[in-house]
Amino acid sequence: MDYSQFGAMVPELIILGIFLVIFLFDTFGGDSCKKLLSPLTVVLFTLATVAIWVVPSCNEMVFGGMYVNSTACNAIKCILNVGVLVVLLQSMKWADSDEGFIRKGEFYELLMVTLFGMYLMISSRHFLLFIIGLESASLPMAALIAYNKKRHESAEAAVKYILTAVFSSGILLMGLSFVYAFSGGSLYFSDIAASVNTYVAGTEGATQFNGLLVVALAFVIAGLGFKLSLVPFHLWTADVYQGAPTAITSYLSVVSKGAAAFAFFVIFVQCFGAAYPEAWEWMMYGLIILTITVGNLFAIRQKNMKRFMAFSSISQAGYLMLGVMAADSLGLASMLFYIFVYVVSNLGAFGVISSIENKTGKVGMDDYNGLQKTNPWLAFIMTLAMFSLAGIPPFAGFFSKFLIFTSVTGTGSVALYILVLVALINTIVSLYYYLLVVKAMWISPEEPVIERYQSALSERAALWLCTAGIVFFGLVPYIYQYCVNAVGDADGFLAQFMRLPLN
Amino acid sequence: MGVTLPILILSIPLFMFLLLGLGGVKMSRKAAGICGITGMGTTMVLAYIVACTYYFSGDIAFIIDGIRQQYQVFDVTWLAFTEKLVVNIGFLLDPISALMLIVITTISFMVHLYSWGYMEHEPGFQRYYAFLSLFSFSMLGLVVATNIFQMYIFWELVGVSSYLLIGFFYKLPSAVSASKKAFIVTRFADLGFLIGILVLSFYTDTFNFVTMTDNPFEVLAQTHGATFMGASVLTWAMVLIFVGGMGKSAMMPLHIWLPDAMEGPTPVSALIHAATMVVAGVYLVARMFPVYCVVDTALTFVAIVGAITAFYAAVVACTQIDIKRVLAFSTISQIAFMMTSLACSRMGLVPEGHHEAYSGLGYMAGMFHLFTHAMFKALLFLGAGALIHAVHSNDYTKMGGLRKYMPITHWTFLIGCLAIAGIWPFAGFFSKDEMLAAMFNQHWFYGAWMTMVAGLTAFYMFRLYYRIFWWEENAEYQHHKPHDGPWQMSLPLLILAAISCVAGWIPFGEFVTWNGQEYHIHIEAPVAATSLIVAVLAIALATLMYAKKNPWPTRVKNMVPGLWEAAHRRFYWDEIYQFITHKIIFGMISKGIAWFDRHVIDATMDGFAKITQRTSVAIKGMQSGSTQAYVIWYFVGALLVAAITWICLI
Repeated sequence: MDYSQFGAMVPELIILGIFLVIFLFDTFGGDSCKKLLSPLTVVLFTLATVAIWVVPSCNEMVFGGMYVNSTACNAIKCILNVGVLVVLLQSMKWADSDEGFIRKGEFYELLMVTLFGMYLMISSRHFLLFIIGLESASLPMAALIAYNKKRHESAEAAVKYILTAVFSSGILLMGLSFVYAFSGGSLYFSDIAASVNTYVAGTEGATQFNGLLVVALAFVIAGLGFKLSLVPFHLWTADVYQGAPTAITSYLSVVSKGAAAFAFFVIFVQCFGAAYPEAWEWMMYGLIILTITVGNLFAIRQKNMKRFMAFSSISQAGYLMLGVMAADSLGLASMLFYIFVYVVSNLGAFGVISSIENKTGKVGMDDYNGLQKTNPWLAFIMTLAMFSLAGIPPFAGFFSKFLIFTSVTGTGSVALYILVLVALINTIVSLYYYLLVVKAMWISPEEPVIERYQSALSERAALWLCTAGIVFFGLVPYIYQYCVNAVGDADGFLAQFMRLPLN
Repeated sequence: MGVTLPILILSIPLFMFLLLGLGGVKMSRKAAGICGITGMGTTMVLAYIVACTYYFSGDIAFIIDGIRQQYQVFDVTWLAFTEKLVVNIGFLLDPISALMLIVITTISFMVHLYSWGYMEHEPGFQRYYAFLSLFSFSMLGLVVATNIFQMYIFWELVGVSSYLLIGFFYKLPSAVSASKKAFIVTRFADLGFLIGILVLSFYTDTFNFVTMTDNPFEVLAQTHGATFMGASVLTWAMVLIFVGGMGKSAMMPLHIWLPDAMEGPTPVSALIHAATMVVAGVYLVARMFPVYCVVDTALTFVAIVGAITAFYAAVVACTQIDIKRVLAFSTISQIAFMMTSLACSRMGLVPEGHHEAYSGLGYMAGMFHLFTHAMFKALLFLGAGALIHAVHSNDYTKMGGLRKYMPITHWTFLIGCLAIAGIWPFAGFFSKDEMLAAMFNQHWFYGAWMTMVAGLTAFYMFRLYYRIFWWEENAEYQHHKPHDGPWQMSLPLLILAAISCVAGWIPFGEFVTWNGQEYHIHIEAPVAATSLIVAVLAIALATLMYAKKNPWPTRVKNMVPGLWEAAHRRFYWDEIYQFITHKIIFGMISKGIAWFDRHVIDATMDGFAKITQRTSVAIKGMQSGSTQAYVIWYFVGALLVAAITWICLI
């Protein structure tokens, strides 16, 4: 075996390296070292992010085509890293608190392992490696959700998560076994794509469509839909988001979702791209409408901020999937940008929620009444985040929504125009519940429940990062340009099987 | 010419606005005043340098073979919407923009200086200077615009700053409603302006003034004879653009805001509502003059509007008792004079039997009068400010016999009155003579009509003068002796009075003509004699009636009570507007729309909201909390996706 092939896996190796350093440091260091653990992780991780960002990707396919390192993969990894960095910063104080102090090494280690899994999901071009990535992202996640093991809700959430995750893995594997059968014994994306191509080309004009392929597609969508919380595979989301520690919730809601969305795009556009018009376009069409609408309808009535964010993130996932509907390079680029904006906006909101929860233990929406009187900055950042999530100009959320809508309507199909219209109408509904929070903070006449307090430095740093992202990157098209370049530059492998050629 | 000076001319006032607007709260009054005055002073010096360079340097960029050129100092792309629709920002130097640079910065500086004394005790002094700077910036940006869109942007900015300044005393309800009125009326007129711009640029493919006016016949050709409701589209465009000018320059019937705008501080009235902003409409017509010339109908429209307005405003001015209102109507009348003069000018199209050199005379004369009028009207307003400062009233019945107490104000005011009445050798005589000559040249009727207006002007100005300074001394002066203002107020009066004495001798035709060619001014003896005699007679009549207290004015008033009342109430224009807006628009049209909004649109929205809420409640059972149910949903969902797709495919 040619070990030099590992050289192409730099991002994964870096994350593994960080994991090992933390693990050793945590295991063999004394109590005094434990204090240094959080800053150490943050510093190492920042360096890693910069390294992944700066080091040019080698655009190489290694291990017989199982793994690819491309600029597009690097771009999504960098975007996720920004999210993880913010999560690390905002959870620093929580990790240092008494309840988590002894076990806080575990928190960082498990976080790194799940991230490693997500990296593999992103870069794998073979379903076996993909499943390994998926599982190593899922299983440690259950442990993270159960992190507060003495809290009843935390444990319950973890059980719900692991049960649903196992079930979804089962469905996914079943779907993959159909795929395996269909492709005639290969799990390589390229082989599957080739056989789907041949099949679709062969059935031109015929009304028959292979039932095996349809069921396989539905099951793969269901398996990945679990990670993305697409309706009706979303039911675990609210309970788990509510029960899990807030740091984990924010991690689940953005980073995990971002990785899954990218993987979804690669699998469906690349492997099953030829079956797009006949089969999965319509599957996703229905699911997206369901996801956005149902997510919104549930979000309207939530009183708990974490549950509220859960449903909001379900509906956001629907918007994210619009990029898949575009199924071309512009769709991928705008999806990447959407993920970035979603990361900063959602984490901005979660940063405020977690800061308040850490300080006062309050997570009800009513507790936010009159927040601006006592904590104007927190209220301000929360407002920005809500505006951005709702897509109000000139914040980043407006531009990300605009770009993803443009990429979908750019294909010129009437059905997709209708889809965008439905999404737009839903934006109005979402505006209602996002503004409920804003209203509670700024307009509600009731006396504030939360006292004035000073957030920790790390929390403030995380919030400022998000604020900068929300305000700055909407107006300055740098990140979007970066995404377009990353998608356009490379990933020739992706281009080869894309329904519409890249650029 | 480098770009440094022009950019500084625009950026110093803008910077002062930001500085005083943001940091003014933390500044002392003195610091804010000094900032504003030095800023404006520097701008004035720079503007003089630029204008003098343009007029006198003889640089080939500015003058070729004795013909003054239009020179774009810079013209950069600002917004590029499409390949064709590009908005530039630039700095255009030509005879009229250089002239306006001088006028604006001079008057603005005088007003800055004067306000230091006048506004000394008012709260919000810093804010006042910030708004003045904003206004100066906007006005300068307007006159140096290289394209009509830039002009439109600054045009609106001027409107905003005028709104802010009129409503400066925002605690007075009358000031607030006056500022609203001014803003709404001018904004309404600007709608016409905008439509005109769009129509014009649609056919000409350009916003740029130089391209448009270089060869106006080409502009005309580009419309391919397109017509709308019987008139060519170009006529429509030019008339609509002029409607914008009517709003800003207070031409009938859009003049109603200007008298009310006198609620603002008096120096503001001098700056904005006498010397600079209100002449923006005149400037606009002058700027587009070559294009106006090829659409004769539009120019005739301008002339008629101007002639009617001039007469109307002069009549109303004879019956007002508020000294600022008299000056306001006088301003309307004088601006209408300039408009008519411009419109009596033709580009090389000389009526039969007339001298060819006269073709561009009206243009030159109109701009000349703009210049002289700015000086003496600012002087009159500042003088009025000094009177109000001393007597604490706008009403001339509270004045009388003030010449002994306020000598500086008295003499400077008298000079202003003589200048506006057109008495030799004061400035107004020369410009008015040229204007009347141009009008007689176009049609004898315009000339005769406007000579009559000039007579009225002399009459009402001297009526005002005598009522303030002569008539009968107010008994209250014994308790409270009125006196001249501090030096900051007197100095601008003296300077402006000096300018009003000598400005007429400037060989204006050498600097500003429609085509840049030199024009030698010569006094038109018959015209000059007629207008001088009319003016002297009018002054004599005013002297007879008002120099000493006597019952004649009341008797005259009682002879024509209906007419006097109508003129005093400004011929009921405000009432007509009230009727149209409140009774017809608000009462009838808006009510229906409001009903539709409340009962149809709102109800539909409420319906959507209700449906959403109901659905939300209806499906809440899905989220039961039981993991078994979740998994069943999951599995059934996956199967359904497959099944539905499969069925559809078969």
